[in-house]
Amino acid sequence: MSRQATRLDAKKVNSELLTLTYGSLVSQMLRDFENIDDVNKQLERIGYNMGMRLIEDFLSRTSSPRCLEMRDTADKVQQAFRMYLNVQPTISNWSAAGDEYSLIFDNNPLTEFVELPPDMTNLRYCGILCGCIRGALEMVQLEVQCWFVQDQLKGDNNTEIRIKFIRRLEDAIPAGED
Amino acid sequence: MVIYGVYIISKSGGLIFNHDHNVPRIENEKTFSYPIDLVLDYEPKKVSVAFGQKGGINVGHVLTSINGILVTGNVLEDGRDVKEVIENRDNYPLNLKFSRPKMTTNEKIFLASMFYPLFAIASQLSPEPKSSGIEILEADTFKLHCFQTLTGVKFIIIAEPAQIGMDQLLRKIYELYADYVLKNPFYSLEMPIRCELFDTNLQLLLDQVEKTGLANI
Repeated sequence: MSRQATRLDAKKVNSELLTLTYGSLVSQMLRDFENIDDVNKQLERIGYNMGMRLIEDFLSRTSSPRCLEMRDTADKVQQAFRMYLNVQPTISNWSAAGDEYSLIFDNNPLTEFVELPPDMTNLRYCGILCGCIRGALEMVQLEVQCWFVQDQLKGDNNTEIRIKFIRRLEDAIPAGED
Repeated sequence: MVIYGVYIISKSGGLIFNHDHNVPRIENEKTFSYPIDLVLDYEPKKVSVAFGQKGGINVGHVLTSINGILVTGNVLEDGRDVKEVIENRDNYPLNLKFSRPKMTTNEKIFLASMFYPLFAIASQLSPEPKSSGIEILEADTFKLHCFQTLTGVKFIIIAEPAQIGMDQLLRKIYELYADYVLKNPFYSLEMPIRCELFDTNLQLLLDQVEKTGLANI
């Protein structure tokens, strides 16, 4: 069984396995949908559904308290990336209002062996990450927007994900929590 | 170390999981002669003792069988009416078996949805702002421990009043939930939990806690 043996240290899987599995998912989707926009949309949706479940795993392992500030949230998102992908994105480019920031990745395990063919420049290969962040934060009653600003696959220096706070989902906050 | 049961209530207040752990089953069988010296309450759903407590048969216990024939509701398995059998002198001596009533699933769902507003009211009644809801509810025979996650799922343990360390156990159950329920691709969120792996691992955890305490988990 997965957890019992590796209870104390986080589960260890070779990241190449993840990279290849993810790659085969994306390439299968490109085969299934003619349209690259549809693939982008589906990847985002898969990520969203994963995030909604993954957040419980994150909370149960870290027992983190509720974040009441965007900077706390940024720290937690960073911590989650360390836990699940073993990468440490840098947090930077805060907006003046403190409601928008970027996660910058020097390397991204999902794109390890990947080169984008020239006709697929509008494919958001790692769109699943954005969906995941959005889904997870929504379960803790934070609505955010999440998109790619830079992508190493498209020739940029870094991969940059921008996260923008939209609002707190007040009516979804559980009783005794607000 | 006795844990009576574990319940999980979804964000919207529905009971999505319940597990009766270690509820001692109390049954008493006794032979009666005419007239029966217990006052029985005949209801369509159950026949229970209304008055006259004796020999382990307490007020509130329900009749489960007559002469070894099972009673369901207020009829015997062979179709006869319980009241008629008990009031007929020719049938005596009668061997009646009583037991403590068990909660049906419907009753549990009902109680779970009642706990939900109580929890919310508690947080609003608080004299201090930003209070949590009910975390512990104590009675003379049990203590209810409740843990609400940031996402709004409630985990509840009913245990002996003297039991300690239940908040750690609740966190462990949360971990099991995150592992075996949410990572199960065939489980849809907010639906009743029917995951065998979760059941077995929860059972293992509870047994371990009862046997060796919380130190080893």
